[in-house]
Amino acid sequence: MTNLKEIQRSLLVSLWFMFLTFPIMVIRVNPLEKVVIWRWYNMLYVGIGSFLLSFVWRYFIRQKELGKKKNETDGQKSFSLSRRAVDDPRAYIPLLSAVACFTIAFPFIFSMYQTNIMITVLIYVMLGLGLNIVVGLAGLLDLGYVAFYAVGAYTYALLNFHYGLGFWTVLPIGAALGALFGILLGFPVLRLRGDYLAIVTLGFGEIIRLILENWNEFSQGPSGIANISKPGFFGIHLSLQNSTIYIYFIMVGLTLFTILVVNRLQNSRIGRAWIALREDEVACQAMGIDKRKTKLTAFALGATWAGMAGVVFAAKTTFINPASFTILESIVILCIVVLGGMGSITGVIAGALVLILLPEYLRAFSEYRLLIFGTMLVIMMVFRPGGIIENVRRTYEFELKEGKELKNED
Amino acid sequence: MVEELLNRFAQFSIYKSSFNNVMGTILEVKNLAMDFGGLRALDNLDLDVKNGEIVALIGPNGSGKTTFFNCVTGIYTPTEGDIRDSQHGKNRRLSSINGLRPNLVTKKGLARTFQNIRLFSNMSVLENVMIGRHCRTRSGIAGAVFRNRATKEEEQKIVDDSYEVLKKIGLADYVNELAVNLPYGAQRRLEIARAMATEPFMLLLDEPAAGMNIRETKELDELILRIRENEGISILMIEHDMKLVMSLSDRIYVMDYGRKIADGTPEQIKNDPVVIKAYLGKEPDA
Repeated sequence: MTNLKEIQRSLLVSLWFMFLTFPIMVIRVNPLEKVVIWRWYNMLYVGIGSFLLSFVWRYFIRQKELGKKKNETDGQKSFSLSRRAVDDPRAYIPLLSAVACFTIAFPFIFSMYQTNIMITVLIYVMLGLGLNIVVGLAGLLDLGYVAFYAVGAYTYALLNFHYGLGFWTVLPIGAALGALFGILLGFPVLRLRGDYLAIVTLGFGEIIRLILENWNEFSQGPSGIANISKPGFFGIHLSLQNSTIYIYFIMVGLTLFTILVVNRLQNSRIGRAWIALREDEVACQAMGIDKRKTKLTAFALGATWAGMAGVVFAAKTTFINPASFTILESIVILCIVVLGGMGSITGVIAGALVLILLPEYLRAFSEYRLLIFGTMLVIMMVFRPGGIIENVRRTYEFELKEGKELKNED
Repeated sequence: MVEELLNRFAQFSIYKSSFNNVMGTILEVKNLAMDFGGLRALDNLDLDVKNGEIVALIGPNGSGKTTFFNCVTGIYTPTEGDIRDSQHGKNRRLSSINGLRPNLVTKKGLARTFQNIRLFSNMSVLENVMIGRHCRTRSGIAGAVFRNRATKEEEQKIVDDSYEVLKKIGLADYVNELAVNLPYGAQRRLEIARAMATEPFMLLLDEPAAGMNIRETKELDELILRIRENEGISILMIEHDMKLVMSLSDRIYVMDYGRKIADGTPEQIKNDPVVIKAYLGKEPDA
């Protein structure tokens, strides 16, 4: 009975699809010979395809709802695989050491091209972790995050171009300038939230890009800045391959540093204040948290990582121009955070891997890249709205202490 | 110059006299008015709470009770009037909290709950309470990053203190549960626990019994009394449950259309014709 209904539904869906795609899939006009080619077989494909897909789709939706019900009845007993990997030391220590070995061996096993891609991935991991503070933890939708990335990149490019400053000197300067611009953006948007905040940050990102594009005397405009020096290695000149490997390891180090700091911030007094701000602004303030200070620290600390990532980016490509810092970059970074899992560090890493590696390795389908992106986002939001790896709230154990206290009372 | 000095002196002596006269007053509201555009939501409102009192604020819907709470806790800045409270309940000298930001009001020792529950839904119960400890702790960014000993100790103390509060309120079983998964009555109590964690000298409860069943209301009744007796926290609450109001409060203020129409003990209020008129809309003898 239910099966018949299911088939009916899928039939309806496939009929709709056949009807909707009829003009583009079936009719083809050949203007040279002035004939219309009717490709009825395409309609058949669309029909069968959508029929099967709608079946699969509804099967998964049902599974998801079943799972939800089961969770409700079981309480919190059912652990997902990813969660077990995080919780159990027997699972995560070998896993972690395997990842570490792979990371260290990577540039020596694979080609320079692969290493370069990996550097890009790591830069995006860093950007994602930075934006994660603003969007994932503090819940401030920032669509102009790329501006801070640009600030970092141009800091290095300009200081190197004009004053010949090296990578290591500029790295902290880039971070500090990123934080400064974070605060500069933070002040005007203190009172805004939600959509309004998103629009203002979007504007901010565009302003920075337009300044870089049009203020020729300052930034050399759209032609960009070339010949930025690569990071120095104790004054030794490195070959192109070696310097790529060198940047790769710098990036690995910086990423680890970012992970460490963000993780500590997340589990601190300030991190909790950010999350409270995300959950309920009014209640958060009524509980004694200074909203302004909390928002500003979120913006500043988020932007710091973008500033640093920008410096590395400039050093890696040795050439930058405003075209690298378009709104699309912001969106990609935001997608990394949302797709990976808001507020979850492992999630952001997974998100960066997926969103940067997939387009690289699927170059054959590069025309369909945005289509695949969009489909992936929709599917993720339907089936795993929390992201690839959801953030798990920290739990505290009290049994032991309880026992002690009971003893004391006795 | 001299005038200014004299003024200051006069002000000082007024403070001093108020210090002598209203011994034990921890919250004093005078001539409070709040306008929203052309609408006067609060008009010439006076109210005071003495140390250790449970005071109820009642009135028909839309009479301005929550607006009053929002003025006191700094969410709104009152158009006119003066709100003063004592320095964290210890120092009897009153100081103005007009237009202070909400977080500073909380830091001074006035903590509130909300009419429509405003918990941090996706944080655990313990973390909700830990947020309450925020304004009494001080570790900053550097402490969080370097995780030095002082920070670690403070963090541990936050956890311990918060757990203590949860035990007092009777929510210790839910520690690691997400706030959003709690039963309704427990969510209301968690709001109180969160407010208690800020170490207030006075709690402002906005309809704490709303939506609770009889058993839960009774538990709440006991809880509020316990908070007053054990913690010495004074309570100002808005409530519609008359049974709870009459049994708990020492004094009751009645509001209607933004004005105070009566105040006094529960007995006095019960028999006040003005109050009955405001609630029932006609003369008691008609």
